[in-house]
Amino acid sequence: MNLSVKQTLAAWLAGLGQITLLAREAAAALLTFKVAWRNLIYQVYFVGVKSQTVVLITGAFTGMVLAAQTYFQFHKVKMDTATLAVVGVSMCSELGPVLTALMVTGRVGAAIAAEIGTMRVTEQIDALRTLATHPVDYLVVPRVLAGLIALPLLTAESISLGIAGGYGVGVGLYGIDPVYSWAHMLKYTGDTDLSIGLIKALIFGGILTLVGCYKGMTCGVGAEGVGKATTEAVVAASITILISDFFLTLGLERLLNAL
Amino acid sequence: MIEARHLLKRFDDQTVLDDVSFRIENGESVAIIGRSGCGKSVLLKHVIGLLKPDRGEVLIDGENIVPMDERQLLRVRRNFGMVFQGAALFDSMSVAENVAFALRRNENLTEAETARRVARVLEMVDLPGTEDKNPAELSGGMRKRVGLARAIIYEPQIVLYDEPTTGLDPIVSDSIDHLILRVRDHLKVTTVVVTHDMRTARRVGQRVLMMHDRKIHASGAPEEVFNSPDPVVRQFIDGVADPEKSTHGNIAS
Ligand SMILES: Nc1ncnc2c1ncn2[C@@H]1O[C@H](COP(=O)(O)OP(=O)(O)OP(=O)(O)O)[C@@H](O)[C@H]1O
Ligand SMILES: [Mg+2]
Repeated sequence: MNLSVKQTLAAWLAGLGQITLLAREAAAALLTFKVAWRNLIYQVYFVGVKSQTVVLITGAFTGMVLAAQTYFQFHKVKMDTATLAVVGVSMCSELGPVLTALMVTGRVGAAIAAEIGTMRVTEQIDALRTLATHPVDYLVVPRVLAGLIALPLLTAESISLGIAGGYGVGVGLYGIDPVYSWAHMLKYTGDTDLSIGLIKALIFGGILTLVGCYKGMTCGVGAEGVGKATTEAVVAASITILISDFFLTLGLERLLNAL
Repeated sequence: MIEARHLLKRFDDQTVLDDVSFRIENGESVAIIGRSGCGKSVLLKHVIGLLKPDRGEVLIDGENIVPMDERQLLRVRRNFGMVFQGAALFDSMSVAENVAFALRRNENLTEAETARRVARVLEMVDLPGTEDKNPAELSGGMRKRVGLARAIIYEPQIVLYDEPTTGLDPIVSDSIDHLILRVRDHLKVTTVVVTHDMRTARRVGQRVLMMHDRKIHASGAPEEVFNSPDPVVRQFIDGVADPEKSTHGNIAS
């Protein structure tokens, strides 16, 4: 028991180290502009455009349910017009980035791990290398870059839809005063909240694509290996996102308020 | 020139190569033969730096590639073409995109020039007009030939073939053998062919290396090796199973 915990911990730390090395390699490739631009455009399309439905539905319904729940509580203490302020702050700094990242992890992180894993078990990655192409340049960099570009945009969309949904539920369904609640929301949702959300989205975009690439590149043999890599990519990326979210919240709060 | 010195390779606790040394001159064509699973593919991957030995050196034109990192290896690999045992075509791309891959990545050619070279090399491997097909639509033999086209389009100086004819019918095998010879004579390349097909070895090898028990067991001109009295070589060439195993190795045991 004790031993297996130690081993798991060691494996997890080793994995983090490997991912960091992968990130460094990718950053180095990026700085020398050895990027496969055609791939990048395709990947931005795949990560960004193809995630629209998922992200929009998630954003809208999260905003709606959040508005309803907040209204139920605030209505008791006659603070109805503060409902949208809660929705705005939570969507911007927490729910928008985290839920978007988790949904995109399920779609994109899994797909990346499966695709790269299949390429590995069928020796396509070795073939790339013999054709004088670095797999990091060709496979990892475009995907990570696409994640960094797409996630903040998707998150912004999700936040907007969440607030719109919250407004619809609050004003339309429960009849709270639109002018007051809108003004309150603008007053309490600061630039900091939005900046925190978008910075988080950027970091989550990097995490989920990097973890997907890493799990694919280190995938075991056969169809089983690919399946395992896919599951592990989703689990590892989700957990890393949730844990780093906590530290990002604390760190960014301080940093942005100090500025 | 390719030179391997005292290569040792282990996977976990299984030793696959143990003190393997050989030397292949420029322009020479060498067949590496040996039983299935004896480490031929592993050896070939060491020559192009896809795998690193636990000990030993691989010299390409006098330069040791073992300590090189992946980026330095990319430069060395521009001189290499490799045909994989399972073809390893990029399945998200068409045949033309597969074949043109190295040209698009590493050379600045116009689209028209690229298309012209792709057509020419597909002609060479007897697959004219297949540019727009998907790798999944091709037969095993066709895939191998596309893999070959992809490996020779940038005119490398060394071409490595991993089982180019295994699993193909005799007629296609024959045409691939001729193709290997044609590529060798046409592009003046150093050729290394890994195979357990004796016909291929005889036809394309100016020299034959036989692997056995983690080592190079025999080496010499094809006639020499194929007529060797050595029992291990004889057994492999004549294709008989282990005498002990064949008498006791019935289903019941
Ligand atoms: N990546 C790897 N990890 C662990 N073991 C490996 C790996 N690659 C090869 N091996 C082992 O090394 C041995 C030699 O494999 P290799 O593929 O070189 O055989 P081969 O001579 O090419 O056989 P065949 O003629 O069937 O292609 C096998 O026992 C195999 O299990
Ligand atoms: Mg093999």
